[in-house]
Amino acid sequence: MGGLFSALGPFWAWIGHIFDPLCGPAGLFTWFGSSTILACGDTGWGDEIAAGLKVTVAVALVTLPIGLVIGFLVALGQQSEEKSVRLAAGIYTTIFRGLPELLTLFIIYYGMQILIQSVLASMGYDGRIEINAFLAGVIALSIVFSAYCSEVLLSAFRAIPKGQYEAGDALGFHRGRTLRLIVLPQLVRIALPGLVNLWMILLKDTSYVSIIGLADILRQTGVAVKVTKQAFLFYTVACALYLGLAIISSFGLRYIERWAKRSEISR
Amino acid sequence: MSHAQTLIPAQPAPKQAHRPVTAARITGYVVVALWIVLAAALLTMVVTGWDPEKFTRYGPRYLHGLYTTIALVVISVFFGAILSLPLAFARMSKNRFINGIAYCYVYVFRGTPLLAQLFLIYYGLGSFRPQLETVGLWWFFRDAWYCGLFAMTINTAAYQAEILRGAIQSVPRGQHEAAASLGIHKVIAFRKILLPQALIVALRPYGNEIILLIKGSAVVAIITVLDLMGETRYAFSRTFDYQTYLWAAIFYLTMVEALRHLWAWIERRLTRHLKR
Repeated sequence: MGGLFSALGPFWAWIGHIFDPLCGPAGLFTWFGSSTILACGDTGWGDEIAAGLKVTVAVALVTLPIGLVIGFLVALGQQSEEKSVRLAAGIYTTIFRGLPELLTLFIIYYGMQILIQSVLASMGYDGRIEINAFLAGVIALSIVFSAYCSEVLLSAFRAIPKGQYEAGDALGFHRGRTLRLIVLPQLVRIALPGLVNLWMILLKDTSYVSIIGLADILRQTGVAVKVTKQAFLFYTVACALYLGLAIISSFGLRYIERWAKRSEISR
Repeated sequence: MSHAQTLIPAQPAPKQAHRPVTAARITGYVVVALWIVLAAALLTMVVTGWDPEKFTRYGPRYLHGLYTTIALVVISVFFGAILSLPLAFARMSKNRFINGIAYCYVYVFRGTPLLAQLFLIYYGLGSFRPQLETVGLWWFFRDAWYCGLFAMTINTAAYQAEILRGAIQSVPRGQHEAAASLGIHKVIAFRKILLPQALIVALRPYGNEIILLIKGSAVVAIITVLDLMGETRYAFSRTFDYQTYLWAAIFYLTMVEALRHLWAWIERRLTRHLKR
């Protein structure tokens, strides 16, 4: 097993290199920036920025499914018949939609450190604990994402007529089955525009993880600026990369939207 | 004619329907209990860690930070609104060139993070010091506060332009035509017929935009502006006291919740003629 992984490592790196949009064989910097300060390799900052791009995309992609699942559960809780569940879900969305994302990130990052340190101290270990910035970033971003996501899903839930649930009952479906076979397909279609918006916001919010030290696009360009003093160039590159991510994902999302609406009548 | 001579004696209240203990109910109680435990833990943290010296030293700084945040948001919303007007009209223009420029502006500022825009303006434009000095704008771009304000203003202008455009386009065509057939001048028709209807549609998105801006304003702390977040980071770097962040959270939550309720009230008041 270990041997398999050690063999997979170089293969994985090779795949990552081939499909690297900046420093791969077909990369932007390889073709257009080879003699400039953006060159890949030791002479330029291209490869560092490419690594930052990977981190940004990774944070967003890891956050998305976690946030969607938590958001779905919170949305279910918000329309529960049980008062206490509604209250608990309401507190969650109120707090995390009201706090700035940056503050949530700091609270999670330092809060986790203090919590783990105090737990370990009570067990008789006192050393300094450093929380993984990637983990803290993903947790904070998925909490914020899920709070917004639950509101989008809640309004989508409300847009589905009661008759659909009754139809499920009439067919003798169990509640879970009604949810899965009847409600969910319609829910996705209604909630998709809102979720697309949230994904765009998430892509931009990933820039906050640079502040707790994760080497994403903004962090890497910031390091490059400190060394080269060419702030305007590098921050323009950073903005262009975020813009590129937004454009690419809007194309992908348009495709998904068309797929979700394939059963509707074309007008 | 006969009638009852005695009143029916008071009957006991109907038996309360037995509420079964469901899984949802147990989960609800557990989660609410978790929230209560968390709140209690934070409260004890504040109470046990209470230090009057810290309070006198950092309390006024927090209030000053709060003032800075509010000033930043209010001024940038105001100037953003002014800037968004020509942008929204450019977006609705039939001229392809003007429309394209406005579209690009909106797309760029909505597609990139505020933090990156802030860095680009503060550090990026700061590297053009000689040129800016000759133009006479260096005093503006030297100051982090002005740069923060500038970035927030042009950012919110892009969002507000989209809100305004959506709202104006949501007014039915018949309203234009009715005004035209009554011989009302275009400008007056816009001001007295279209804009009032559009602003009611735009009210809720505007509220959301202000809330997003309050939350987004926290990033100016990264370029050393001492707003609420900046003062919090300053206090934390001096004391390493986790409470500093909790106080900031309380301030931000209060601000956002107050604005949300105020906006709901305004909306109820302004749309009371639309109630059926």
